[in-house]
This record gives sequence, C-alpha cells and structure tokens, in this order.
Amino acid sequence: MTRAMKILALAAAAFVLAGTPSLAQQNAAADASKADAAIAAAFPTAPAEWRPRFDQDETMKQCSLHRNLPPKNIADEIQKREKARIEYPADGKLMGDWKAGERVAQSGYGLRFSDYPPRQANGGNCYACHQLTKAEVSYGTIGPSLLNYGKVRNFSEADTKAVYEKIYNAQAAYPCSNMPRLGLNKVLTIEQIKDLVALVMSRESPVNQ
Amino acid sequence: MAAACLALLVAGPAQAQDETEKAVEKYRQMLKEDPWSNPALLDADRGEALWKTAAGPSRATLEKCDLGKGPGVVDGAFAELPRYFADAGKVMDLETRLLWCMEKLQGMNRADLVKRPHPAGGQPVKDLGAIATYVASKSNGLKYSAKLDAPQEKAVVELGQAVFFRRQGPHDFACATCHADSGKRIRLQGLPYLSQKEEAKQVIGQWPAYRVSTTHVMTMQHRLYDCYWQMRMPELEMGSDVSVALIAYLTKVAEGGEIAAPGLKR
Repeated sequence: MTRAMKILALAAAAFVLAGTPSLAQQNAAADASKADAAIAAAFPTAPAEWRPRFDQDETMKQCSLHRNLPPKNIADEIQKREKARIEYPADGKLMGDWKAGERVAQSGYGLRFSDYPPRQANGGNCYACHQLTKAEVSYGTIGPSLLNYGKVRNFSEADTKAVYEKIYNAQAAYPCSNMPRLGLNKVLTIEQIKDLVALVMSRESPVNQ
Repeated sequence: MAAACLALLVAGPAQAQDETEKAVEKYRQMLKEDPWSNPALLDADRGEALWKTAAGPSRATLEKCDLGKGPGVVDGAFAELPRYFADAGKVMDLETRLLWCMEKLQGMNRADLVKRPHPAGGQPVKDLGAIATYVASKSNGLKYSAKLDAPQEKAVVELGQAVFFRRQGPHDFACATCHADSGKRIRLQGLPYLSQKEEAKQVIGQWPAYRVSTTHVMTMQHRLYDCYWQMRMPELEMGSDVSVALIAYLTKVAEGGEIAAPGLKR
C-alpha cells in the first residue's frame, strides 16, 4: 500500500466512523423510542394535562441518550439552545430577598401528584442537593457546596448574573446537569429565583457569613 | 495550641455533619441487631396465610400459582425472578406474577387490584404486597440468580436501562439523577449507585422492606411508584412495562447479590 493510499484508507475509515452511528448508538436510539412508548403507557390514570410530562424536549432526549455525558458537539448545541431560552427580570434587578430565598431553598413542595390542588408556592429544594448555610446541616451532596459562594467571588456582578442563569436554566451553564431547569420549566417564578440569587450572592446572606 | 483551635474551627460544620450521620447510622445498627424485631415478618406470615387461603370469585388458593419453578413452588422462586413466562407471554417480576395468578387462578379483577395497590403512610401493606413479602422471605439468604438471558428477557433489561436514564417531567429527573454516582446524598439520606454492580448488589435484595418512616412494608413496585412521585410524574401503574423493565434491569445489575428480604429501611 502506498503512503497516499494509506492516508485515503484512513480518511475513509474516519469518515465512516464519524458519519454513521455505531451499532451501540443505533441500539440506544431504538431503546429510547421503546422507553418513550413504555412511559406513555405506564401511567394510565394520569389526567390529560399531565401527559405532556411524558414528552422530552431535544435537550432531555440528548441527555438521556448520552447518559448525561454528551460529546462536545452535542454539549455545545445544548448550551447554546438553553442559553437562548433564559428570561431575565423585567426590572433588570437580579437580587431579591435572601430570607425569602432561604424559605424557597428549604421547601421541596410542588408539582408532585400529592401537591394538587396547590396549597403553597413551589419550592426549589436546593438543600436536597447543596450545602448552603452553616446552620443547616441536613443538606445533600448531589450538587456542589455553595457555602460562601458569593464571598469567594467578591460578590461580583458577573457572578451574580451567572448564578441567576444557573438557577433559571442550569443546562445553559452545564449541559446535561442533574439540576432542574427551574425557571424554564416554571418550577419557580422569576421573583423566587431573584430571592435565591440573593441567598447565594448577597453580603448579608448566611451563605456568606 | 493556636493551630489546634484553628483546626477545630475549620472542622466545625463538618463535625456537626458527622454527628448527624453517626446518629442515623446508630439507629440503623439498632434495627439490624435483632432481625426478629423486623415488623415485616408479621406481613410475611400474613402473606403465607393469604397464599393458602381460598379467595376471589373462583374461591381458589394461590397454591397452584407458578412463580417460575413449577406450580406452588415458593422456596427459591424470588431469587430467579423476573423471568419470561410463556403462559402470559411476558416477562414478570414477583408482584406482576402474583397479580397474574390472582387474576387467572382466583378470578380477581386486575383493574381492581391495581387501583390502589400501595398502602398510605401508617397503613399495612396490601394483601398482594404481604404475599410478595412472604415469597421473597422464602429466598432469604440466596443469591440473585435470574438468568435474564432469553431474548424477551434481554429486551426487557435493555428497556429498563433506557428507562433508568430517561429524563422527563418538569424537573428533568431520571432514576439516574440520584442513582448514577457513588457516595451522594439527598439531604442526609444516602443514595445507592444502582447502575453499578457492587452497590446494587448490596441494596436491591433488601426489598420488600419495612420502612420505619412510613411504618409499613414497601414492595419494589411501591418503591418505584414513590420514585416517580418524587420525579413529579403521575402514578406509576403496578405491573406496567416500565416497572417490570426497571426491576429486571436492577436485578440484572444486582446479579449475584444476596437476598436479605424482608429488609429494614429508614
């Protein structure tokens, strides 16, 4: 085999590898469509207005298929798409009241079938996964500790904006993050998110004391 | 001295955390020390009586129910489930098979059985769950040995894996959100890494289990129903393809793990 032929053969092989989905990928895609059908059939008593919860948007599909470890090109695609979906407060203020934020962080209420009709505002359940204040020792570890988050970032404006964005739509920062897209999916209101930003980023907040 | 004080200060929150963890662990240990104190054993006894008592429109017992090792064979049957049943043309886990036997042998109505299949907090486990507890207890000490290698079984395990990683609902949650990493917690509750062999082997065989927080036995179908509740999904149907596939997948991952049923959970 000449050198040129070798290069051609390698290029052809690379093209095949990049262009055609592998057998494993094909199988995963087939399994995903079976999973869609199985989910649609598994909750026969669900009221009609709950059925949209079975469906996945493109980001959920990609994250499921790639087991939350998307290749770079897919990760970039997700990040770009989700960033474009962020809505900002109309008044331009990103921080609300940290005390209200603490209550939102503590509460896991909302959107479970036992939560209807709603009896209170939805919670963000931040403590389920994050450490936030020294006082609350019952915190989870699925997400990173946020203790002193604002302080170590000098309470900067850029970081305040980034925190708002992460809470509104975590996947805009970390594609396929485990964290719910709390603003995008209307789990929390923009006002509640502002309160959480204050909890994480304000000087007075116990997170930074 | 100054250094020691500084170390103490730094260790403050972490130490409080350790204390809480220790208290929870001590409680678990107390529960473990006397296995006969497990209230689930009462439900296993109740399940055994139900298995042998004529019931339903057909006034039949479940003693001819084939759990995979032949009609009426209970010993060791749970250790080989889920499996494909030719008579039903489906892969079934223990509870789905019991549902089938109650329908076919006793003439009960499936729709009635799946309507409210799980107990509310403080209520005892339903009859089907008590029978499941009895059957599972008869595999206590055995290792999970469901082969799950027939084509129908392999397809169900693959479906279960896809469902395990499938994100859905307003929180984008999947089983994998909480159970695809080691050493994580929700609040103070430790989370098993269920897509990993070693951790799955330790915990899957502990169901059905008596749950101290809800004071009743919780079966595996009920456990999954509860997970979907937390995932902000509607009520998962007992015996649905999703629940059977997840149980098949988890059992496959936990293959070789010891069955310690009924277990005892927080």
